[in-house]
Amino acid sequence: MTDYFFLIPVALALGATALGAFMWSLRSGQYDDLAGAAERILFENRDGPDDIARAHGDEPSHRN
Amino acid sequence: MPATCRNGVLMSCCAPGAELALAMANPHTPDDEVLLASRIIGDGVRQTDLSVPGIHCGGCIQKIEAALSALSGVEKARVNLSTKRVAIRWQADKSPAPFIETLNNIGYDAYLHDAGADEADETLKELIRALAVAGFAASNIMLLSVSVWSGAEASIRNIFHWISALIAFPALIYSGRVFFSSAWRALRHGQTNVDVPISIGVLLAFGMSLYETFHHESHAYFDAAISLLFFLLIGRTLDHMMRARARTAVRGLARLSSRGALVVQDDGTLAYLPVNEIQPDMHILLAAGERVPVDARVETGRSEIDCALVSGESLPQPVAPGAVLSAGTLNLTGPLTIVATAAANDSFLAEMVRMMEAAEAGRSVYRRIADRASRLYAPAVHLTALLTFIGWMIVEGDLHRAATIAIAVLIITCPCALGLAVPMVQVVAARRLFASGVMVKDGGALERIAEVDTVIFDKTGTLTMDRLLLTNRNDIDPAALAIAASIAAHSRHPYSRALAAAGRGNAVTPLALNDLSEQPGAGMQATIGATTYRLGRADWALTAAAEQSATTGAVLSENGRLRAAFRFDSDLRLDIREAVLAMSNQGCRLEIISGDRDEPVRHLASDLGISYRAGVSPADKTKHIVDLTEAGQRVLMVGDGLNDTPALAAAHASMAPATAADVGRNAADLVFLHDSLLAVPQAIAVARNARQLVRQNLILAIGYNAIAVPIAILGHVTPLVAAVAMSASSLLVISNALRLHGWRSRKEPRVGALAGDVSSQALATEKAG
Repeated sequence: MTDYFFLIPVALALGATALGAFMWSLRSGQYDDLAGAAERILFENRDGPDDIARAHGDEPSHRN
Repeated sequence: MPATCRNGVLMSCCAPGAELALAMANPHTPDDEVLLASRIIGDGVRQTDLSVPGIHCGGCIQKIEAALSALSGVEKARVNLSTKRVAIRWQADKSPAPFIETLNNIGYDAYLHDAGADEADETLKELIRALAVAGFAASNIMLLSVSVWSGAEASIRNIFHWISALIAFPALIYSGRVFFSSAWRALRHGQTNVDVPISIGVLLAFGMSLYETFHHESHAYFDAAISLLFFLLIGRTLDHMMRARARTAVRGLARLSSRGALVVQDDGTLAYLPVNEIQPDMHILLAAGERVPVDARVETGRSEIDCALVSGESLPQPVAPGAVLSAGTLNLTGPLTIVATAAANDSFLAEMVRMMEAAEAGRSVYRRIADRASRLYAPAVHLTALLTFIGWMIVEGDLHRAATIAIAVLIITCPCALGLAVPMVQVVAARRLFASGVMVKDGGALERIAEVDTVIFDKTGTLTMDRLLLTNRNDIDPAALAIAASIAAHSRHPYSRALAAAGRGNAVTPLALNDLSEQPGAGMQATIGATTYRLGRADWALTAAAEQSATTGAVLSENGRLRAAFRFDSDLRLDIREAVLAMSNQGCRLEIISGDRDEPVRHLASDLGISYRAGVSPADKTKHIVDLTEAGQRVLMVGDGLNDTPALAAAHASMAPATAADVGRNAADLVFLHDSLLAVPQAIAVARNARQLVRQNLILAIGYNAIAVPIAILGHVTPLVAAVAMSASSLLVISNALRLHGWRSRKEPRVGALAGDVSSQALATEKAG
């Protein structure tokens, strides 16, 4: 039993990574326009949700 | 509004929001107003937020972004399809490019949106973060708990309990804040709300589990405490999302009051001043299509004024020098120079806001069902836990065992049903209403509208539309109508629009016109061949004085002789009869209270068979509602005008159409976007259905407690039983909430505007005849 104990920190770390990834995506405005993101996938030009903010070194969370 | 998207190559454009009732006069928006509504975001860049209700597919995104990015000075334009908004970043050293005109040219209505009015978004993000943390903690603790439940040996169990405690503690602090702070606020004011028993239950469960862990005991309730937080946060977040979405949608509607006005300064130069800087005796230039910013008197110019939103008068009123204008009225045809007679703080609008606040303060505070229930629930639960504790102390005298069992009682009775069952039902109900274009501002509004037994309507703009209808079409020579419709197609005056619509209804082919001109405050003139036609006021279009006084409304003259006289009245709202019938069947007493003249109100009221009061002042409207409320009736006020705003605030519940004045829209509990009046009975029906489901959920919760509490009191609740019981009861109330059915009228709601037009025209003709 104790041989498999290392699995617990591994499981927790995986969970924490997922939580961190979610927090990051929330912060970077990826959930601001879910309907728009579904349409933009069909466009040819490349653009991400926060490039308008990145262009000015602005904090993305200030955007709507 | 764009009916189709020409370059929507792959995307379909059949979004349900496509036919929203937003086609209204586009007020001219000066550059200064754009500047006033923008904000600096650093690096000499300004951002302007426009709300564009017509965006509904990927094609729209490309079209709008391409058109705006091509303007000079624009750095970036980005469309948000979910909120139907465009954020435009432009260089602050240049004057703003014509954003709104550009969008109008490619077929979209656009309105300035107040920048930085989105604090609500931050709360939502906070809740989602709390939810994510609670979800992470709950799932991990649950996994550890499963191995404990399946019989891990004592040493492993202790380690697992410690790990659970380490995960639970930060999660409790981070995610629990939402409940703790709200419970603390209530307690400090000597009140209780749902959050008080929740906080006590969760904190005691955590504290006891920590104690057990220290002493290597077998039962720890970390999983129960954290998953309780998780479930309750789901309810809280959904509730908040529902309100945020309604608020965003309402805020995106056209702003109908002006932000500023063009003031002639002492040295003769023009300056665009914000409304609250305008002082009495200032001279203001008011272009056609602009709203009067403050109470004023006309100095020069002739025009017509649309008072529908302010006083409820349905027909445009002619004004000449000396006429007095109320703030908020719309200048229709000619430019005017007006002199301010009051500052913004003393204007009609500000007076309405003050009356509204007074009415709101006078209304008894509504306590929501969950809070009312928790007032009974919390003492009962806490008393049961205390009695359990005393009972076990008497029977066994073991302090630790007695405390453990008492806390288990608290955990098992923790009000999941109150914290989750009520918001779940209301979220489902609000979604149903949202899908049919009714925005619910908060859950409490749904509870209140379910209790309504009297519905009071304003007339102009509520029972009628904000457009006019030609009432005597059958008496008019089709050839004359064809000429009038062809001329009218070139003007935005309400009469002209009504004539043009009548022409389209008769399928007349437009005639070729020459020398077309519009005379502000008078009418339109055009020639066909050698004949001169005038369409407009009788005293301008006709040369014979005898004919001039005999006609009201608008006339068509041929070389100065009367050709046809047109009479107008407001167009009725769609499905008005069905709506009145449905509300009567729901047991509501109906009434019309209008600020308009007696005659048109009586006409409509007798036509619909409901009682009425005409020529009522805003104060009397409010007083009438207060009187009814004191007589024990629950009033739903449906109104759109500035003069209805205090009444909206005084009523038990209130609804406003999307075309209502800004203040009214913000005061109303529910805002409906579509033209059909069926929105009102639908809202009542869904709210009543929701109330029934909330009651069922509360009964389910009581039933669950009736089974679980005796087991807990007898000391048989292990962490496993607590986890299963709590999840099961949560799932039960959620699935019950999903049973809420939408409201179906016997007839499918009409989507096509054309079908609606025909039927309401038929109604109006019937009424006129």
